[in-house]
Parts: sequence; structure tokens; C-alpha cells
Amino acid sequence: MTAASKRRRDPVALAVNFALVLAACFALAPLLWMLSVSFMQAGEASSYPPPLLPAHPTLANYVQLFAQAGMGRYFVNSLVVATALTLGSVLFNVMAGYAFAKLKFKGRDAAFQALMAALVIPGQVAMMPLYLMLKQMGLVNTWAGVVLPGLAGIFGIYMVRQYARSIPDALIEAARIDGAGEWRIFWQVVLPMLKPVVVTLAVFAFLGSWNDFMWPLIVLTDGQLHTLPVALASLSREHVQDSELMMAGAVVTVLPVLILFLALQKHYMQGLMMGSVK
Amino acid sequence: MKPRNLAGWMFVAPALAVIGLFFILPVAAGLALSFTDFDLYALADLRNLRFAGLDNYVRVLSLPLFWTALLNTLEFVVLGVPLSIGLSLGCAVLLQSPLARFKPFFRTALFAPVVTTLVAVAVIWRYLFHVRYGLINSGLGHIGIGPIDWLGDPHWSMPAIVVFAVWKGFGANMIIFVAALQAIPDELYEAARIDGARRWAQFRHITLPMLGPTLLMVSVLTMAGYFQLFAEPYVMTQGGPLQSTVSVLYLMYEEGFRWWNLGQASAVAFLLFVLMVGVTQAMRRLGRGTEEAASA
Repeated sequence: MTAASKRRRDPVALAVNFALVLAACFALAPLLWMLSVSFMQAGEASSYPPPLLPAHPTLANYVQLFAQAGMGRYFVNSLVVATALTLGSVLFNVMAGYAFAKLKFKGRDAAFQALMAALVIPGQVAMMPLYLMLKQMGLVNTWAGVVLPGLAGIFGIYMVRQYARSIPDALIEAARIDGAGEWRIFWQVVLPMLKPVVVTLAVFAFLGSWNDFMWPLIVLTDGQLHTLPVALASLSREHVQDSELMMAGAVVTVLPVLILFLALQKHYMQGLMMGSVK
Repeated sequence: MKPRNLAGWMFVAPALAVIGLFFILPVAAGLALSFTDFDLYALADLRNLRFAGLDNYVRVLSLPLFWTALLNTLEFVVLGVPLSIGLSLGCAVLLQSPLARFKPFFRTALFAPVVTTLVAVAVIWRYLFHVRYGLINSGLGHIGIGPIDWLGDPHWSMPAIVVFAVWKGFGANMIIFVAALQAIPDELYEAARIDGARRWAQFRHITLPMLGPTLLMVSVLTMAGYFQLFAEPYVMTQGGPLQSTVSVLYLMYEEGFRWWNLGQASAVAFLLFVLMVGVTQAMRRLGRGTEEAASA
């Protein structure tokens, strides 16, 4: 008997793999069901017993979403907000994380300690005053109001600092001796070495912004500016009965982040583990 | 290395400015706001603003809905956190098993719900939980369990939201557990095998103690996250039925941004914050005590 066939007959191996298949079904079934229902005719999913596959697949739900419900606009809104937030927050967090790790300056450790202490404060505590502040600044109901508060994050700074500590000082010192300014060292020496953490940070920022709900819900009162999650939540309150339409909306919202995750999952998971190993 | 004060501060300035202006300052202002009667009238004209001392806190604490929301949130935390961590740990152990096949596929599949948009998948689960046309009741019907009105029955609404939240989140902790499991030296298991320890004994006496610190950290973070329940009830139940899914944060949102009682909403936010810090600190202390007891 070969090792492989022996392994296949081992009842424990069978149980382990069976349990994994069950868990994967639990994780994927809702997403597959969403995809299937999004291609059903209007009303088809609301029959008994509930059908698993569309009898006559149709794109009508997607057409209706984009032609009548303005899904294209919300998609672009989400894309603009998430892109702006990703570019800005990556730059600011990487600059700060690098400085906290590698540049010596007065008050550095105290500032970093203060940031770490603030990490325990949940964001909701700041929401009411932040709303009033943005209202004063005329930023309520603008994308700037959504993006600005997210342009730097304590956790992101911490992540970059952890990573940047492995950059050899000699390398930075050598660049200084060659007469390079701090800004040039940052762009030409440091940034290329931080590439892995930059990608991780960018994936986190983009997914976080794309999926964010509570803050855009509060700041964006004008429907024209809504991001996908906010638009989807209000659509789902209007169209409670139209499960097929709502599933198409869910597909449009979820698919981009799922694809992004599949493409960059190594970086995403690394970030997750960096956050946990202190 | 000589200090570079100016350069250093220039690099951290943008980030610190954002965090200071849009986070630290509002947190401090929030504390101040919670001691005022800031409401719709003050929103219209700041001259209507009055210092209210502890009035907001007294009012919130005497509000029956606050206690309902607190109990609902605690139900969500007490049911959800152990379930979520148990499932994460179970799947991590399965994924780490040398007997498991197609590991990259399973890892990605189990993790996929984590990256999905909460609002979108909440919409999906609302239909899955549908009393007549939902797949869950249809599946239960096959094994002879009568239809349950998951989101319409106050007894089932919070458990239903727990099931959804566990589905959405367990993959994140699973990945952290996988990393921690990989860090346990193989020699420990080999020694145990030589001593004749069975699988369960190995898990109980090697895996769990070695995972101790990770388990504690994951529990604290997961619990902090579960206390901030909001979007699930907002999309799936709107706090109903019979206020059975109103969470503390949902109450804060309604008070603050629906009724514009921003002072009172701030008091709710700070009460939640104090509760979270209290519970997570108690857990840390408890966890450290257990570790010391185990090593003593």
C-alpha cells in the first residue's frame, strides 16, 4: 500500500478533511447563494421551496441597478473615496512610522507612547464632536468629511514602525554621508525597503474604506454622494421584497474587494499576523 | 547618531495633525459634550447650550432602553465571542493538521467572509434568515425542525445576529491562531507522542498552554469589537423586534444622529467606553493570573 492511499483510508484524515469541507461550505454558501440569486428573475427566490439555481438566468437585476438605482454612481463614489483615503493614509502612516522607528528626535518616545495609549479609545467616542467640527468647517456632506479623519491611523503607524526597525542604520547613515537630504533618503532608500508593509497597509486601507459604514452614513446625508454600503443599506430598506435586486447589489459591492483580496491575500494575511505578534 | 529634531517632527507632523485634530481633540470634546445639554436647539444656536453636570449620565442610566441595549449587547458578546473564538481555533487546528489537504484553498475559503462588506453580507443573511423563503429554515425543515422566525421573534433575533457575526469574523482570528500554532516547536509534540499522549491530551497539555498569550490577546480584541455592535442590527432588524437587537452603539446613533441629543449620545459613548475598558482589563488580569498559576 502506498503512503497516499494509506492516508486516504485513515479515518482521522477523513474526519479532518470532512470537517474542513463543512466549514468551507458554511463560509462560502451565503456568497454562492448571493451570486446565484442575483441572476434570478424578479420574484423567483421568493417561492417555496427556495430555489438554489436560477431557472432562466438573467442580467435584468444588474441592468435595473445601474440604469435605475444609480449603482454606477455609488460605485464611482466608493472608488474615489477609497482611493483617496488609501493614497493619503499610506503616505502619512509610512512617514510617521519610519520616523518613529529610525529618526531620533526630541519627544519621540513620549509621542509614540501617547499614541499607543490612545489605541484603546474606540472611534465612536469621537463621532459626535467630530460631526460638529466638520459641520463648522463646512465639510459635512462632502467626501472630504469622510476621508480626512481616516488619513492617519495609530495602528498603521505602529505596523510601519515595527517593520521599519529592521532597516539597517548604516544604510541611512551612508546616504547621509553622500549628502542626501532626509526627504530624499525617505523616497529613495527607505520607501523601496518598506514596500511589503506599504502594500499591506494599502490593502487594509482600501478594504477598510470600501467596507466602512457608520461614518459615511453619518457624514453623507445627500444621496448623490453615498458610498456603496450606505446606498445598499438604504436601497435594502426600500426594496425589502426584491431579494434578486438586492443580491445583485451585494455582488457589485462585495466582488471588487473579494477580487482585490484574492490578488493580494498574502500581504493581507501578513498584516493581520503583524498586528497580533507584538 | 545625532538627533534630527526638525526632520523627525516634519515626518510625523502630518499624521499627528490628523490624529490630533480628528481624533484626540474630538474625544476630549466628547467628554465635555457629555456634560452639556447639547441638542437640536443648541445645534441651531449655540447660545442655547447649557452646562448640565452629570445630568446626561443620570438620565441615560435611568433610561429603560439603555439597560435593554446593554443587556442585548452583553448577550451578543457572551454568545458571540466564545463561539467565534472556538470556531476560529477549531478551524486553525484543522488547517494545521498534517492530514489536511488543499490547505491554501480551505484557508482562503474560510477567510473570505472577513473581507466582505458588512452591509452587503448582512443583506444576504437577512434573506437567508427569512421565515418562509430562507435557506436556513428550508434546511432545518429537512431535518424536521419547524420554521423559526429568526429576525421576527425577539428570542431568536439576537442569536441570529450572533450566527451572522460569527460567520463574518471567525476567519480573522483563525489566521492569527494558525500563525501561533506554527510557532509551537514540533519537538514538544514528538516528546508527547513518545510518552504515549493521545491527540486530545496533546491539544490539552501542549497546544492550549502554548497558545495562552495569543488566546488572551485574541479574546480581548474580539470582545472589544463585539461590544461595538451596530451595522448588523441597523441593516437586518433596525433594532427590532420589540427592541431586542438595539445595541448600545445603535442607541448612541439614534440618540445622536436621529434625535440630535448629542450631549446624551456622548454620555452613552463614554459609558460604553468605560465598560469596555473595565471588561477587557479584568480579562487581562484574569488571563495573567491563570498563566502565573500554570507556570507556578
